[in-house]
Amino acid sequence: MNLANDDFELFGLPPRFALDRGELDSRRRALQAEVHPDRFAGADAASRRAAMQSAVRVNEAYARLGDPLKRAAYLCELAGAPVRAEDNTAMPLEFLRRQMAWRESLDDAASREQVDALARELANERRVAYERLAGELDERRDFAAAAEQVRALMFIERFAADVDDRLVALEG
Amino acid sequence: MALLQISEPGESPDPHARRHAVGIDLGTTHSLVAAVRSGVAECLPDRDGEVILPSAVRYLADGTTRVGRDALAGAVSDPTNTIVSVKRLMGRGLADVSNAGRLAYDFVDSAEGMVRLRTAAGVKSPVEVSAEILATLRQRAEDTFDAELHGAVITVPAYFDDAQRQATKDAAELAGLNVLRLISEPTAASIAYGLDNASEGLYAVYDLGGGTFDISLLRMTGGVFEVVATGGDSALGGDDIDAALADWALARAGVRAESAGDRRAAVIAARAVKEALSGDERGVFRCTVARAEVAQPIERGDLEAIARPFIDRTIAAVRQVVRDAKVDKAAIDGIVLVGGSTRMPLVRRAVGEFFGREPLTNLDPDQVVALGAARQADALAGNAGAGDLLLLDVVPLSLGIETMGGLVERIIERNSPIPTARAQSFTTFQDGQSAMSIHVVQGERDLVADCRSLARFELRGIPPMVAGAARIEVTFTVDADGLLSVEAREETSGVEASVTVKPSYGLSDDEITRMLSEGFGHAEEDMAARALREAQVDADRLLAAIASALAVDGELLSTEERAEIDRASSALRAARAGNDRDSIERSLKALSEATESFAAERMNRGIRRALAGRRVEDL
Repeated sequence: MNLANDDFELFGLPPRFALDRGELDSRRRALQAEVHPDRFAGADAASRRAAMQSAVRVNEAYARLGDPLKRAAYLCELAGAPVRAEDNTAMPLEFLRRQMAWRESLDDAASREQVDALARELANERRVAYERLAGELDERRDFAAAAEQVRALMFIERFAADVDDRLVALEG
Repeated sequence: MALLQISEPGESPDPHARRHAVGIDLGTTHSLVAAVRSGVAECLPDRDGEVILPSAVRYLADGTTRVGRDALAGAVSDPTNTIVSVKRLMGRGLADVSNAGRLAYDFVDSAEGMVRLRTAAGVKSPVEVSAEILATLRQRAEDTFDAELHGAVITVPAYFDDAQRQATKDAAELAGLNVLRLISEPTAASIAYGLDNASEGLYAVYDLGGGTFDISLLRMTGGVFEVVATGGDSALGGDDIDAALADWALARAGVRAESAGDRRAAVIAARAVKEALSGDERGVFRCTVARAEVAQPIERGDLEAIARPFIDRTIAAVRQVVRDAKVDKAAIDGIVLVGGSTRMPLVRRAVGEFFGREPLTNLDPDQVVALGAARQADALAGNAGAGDLLLLDVVPLSLGIETMGGLVERIIERNSPIPTARAQSFTTFQDGQSAMSIHVVQGERDLVADCRSLARFELRGIPPMVAGAARIEVTFTVDADGLLSVEAREETSGVEASVTVKPSYGLSDDEITRMLSEGFGHAEEDMAARALREAQVDADRLLAAIASALAVDGELLSTEERAEIDRASSALRAARAGNDRDSIERSLKALSEATESFAAERMNRGIRRALAGRRVEDL
């Protein structure tokens, strides 16, 4: 195992969507304990540079593996089916219709209860979408379908953040 | 900027000798220095037995400087030359200092760059003032050990932005300190707390000092201190409560402050009565203002009404951090209070109410930061017995660049673990465009105008191409000190674009060099001789570091690789024996290059070791 490996190999974890978060965290601590620049504070310049690069690499992989959506997108990329969210916005018509309906209900929501109801609906939708994503990646291994699911979830996550902001504004 | 560490001529530093490393809490009101001695972290006292050094510097007309209690004596009689709470001016422009008009100082009128103060000893930057405080603490430590310091860990508020961190590091280097690391104050406090109490779990550290407020959530796991999220306000502290209380008391007494000295006197009186009201239910605000004796009675309830808005702001920041961390309040195992302002019963009550449990206060809130920094300094110095302490910190505020229309494009999100790096590609807007300007900002808002400007980069020498054809890769790197560096290069042509940096609120390298040459414990000396000695010290250090790396991991090398490193080492040793600085520098560079792949292999071995005994199991 070394720094040139992919994120899963670097952390010694199987390349799957299902992940034991506690194991990821504990492996990150173990890896940083070996390569963090603090461990090379008194070392030569080449070692300090190498430690800095390694610690950056470990943190980068940790951030990617720790975030379900980034992890899913990374698996798609490794399997040769990149998500390409910036130039591929293709989504099932049905999902686009629901997106518009959600946007409208957030715009129209006047009370805390209405926003709460929307947040609950979204949380449910999100859970179902992640279950489907896990199925595409770990069971059916259909990475093209998974990439499409990732794009839909990217919308859901962004929209959920907007709903959350609205809730905070209503509390404030 | 390399700093000189002096050892006896011809004698290389003994790698096994215990290194004297200290932790320094450079506070708004108080500063302290601590060290680990015989396995115990303790604050070092001055000759009078006092561990606290008031963060005050007085410049006298005769060119001498007073620091600490001696300086405070002039706070009322000589306010423009007696600088207090200078931390609030670090890395700040005049426009940022909201209460500049009410401070007693004679600010140099300039819309650009960090504020400057006109004093009896000339114009001073906040960096120089802070360096006086740090130099005093360095002297105290060296007197205590009767030896040179190996280095220091300096604490900064977690919420300090890049300009404030850089200013702090510059001040430390100006004071002749070898900065081992800048670490966050709440993180330092959690080290002292966690190691003393053998704590594990998720902790909130609420740190309200004289001028800054931080809230950090940390996970402690067997000596690893991992910051989960951090937030705060780098211009909110006990000072603000003192000022508001002084206004209230003077208004009640029907007196107006007429001079800068009056203002100072009122604020000092406010602080005294505020502190008394932490224990007593009622007190009296006493001072001499406009040549009149003021004695204004005050009850704790009055103080709490005045302080409430400030404390509410801290609680709003706490709420945001809990939200950022995506944790349930109930999952937090304990709350640690740090900073003198947390002695106020109101603060304890407000924090207790928010978290629904009593905060922990069993460590001295004034000393805990310095004690934690001392532990980290001991570990970084590589001293035996320092244990397996490891800090994993985060970027407190998002970093980004200005794009079209004054909008911010975020490159590194807040709460990203450090060190971190991220590259972003840009292209040209016009045909034949040969230069590009990049404005780096820090903050959470979408508009550039609402964020902190950190620096402007000019990229020149982009080869002529049609608009949109150039690919300029800009890499943001945040190191373990939390400091940002930016690199840029044009990818398609392979031409290195040159970058010039203009920090918005920092000091230029030239200014630092000038300040260094002007003093701070550096005896005047021949610059050439100094440079030679510096190169020799670097050579000794590198040779010692390589020797110890070879002893540990030498078998990773093939016979040829080993021979190459040995050759480069011998060459450096030979150059070191001579007096030719250029030759030493060349050999240093050659040895450093010869060990490049060895260093990378050592990291890979570390990674294998970290995962040894862990199976790649199928979930």
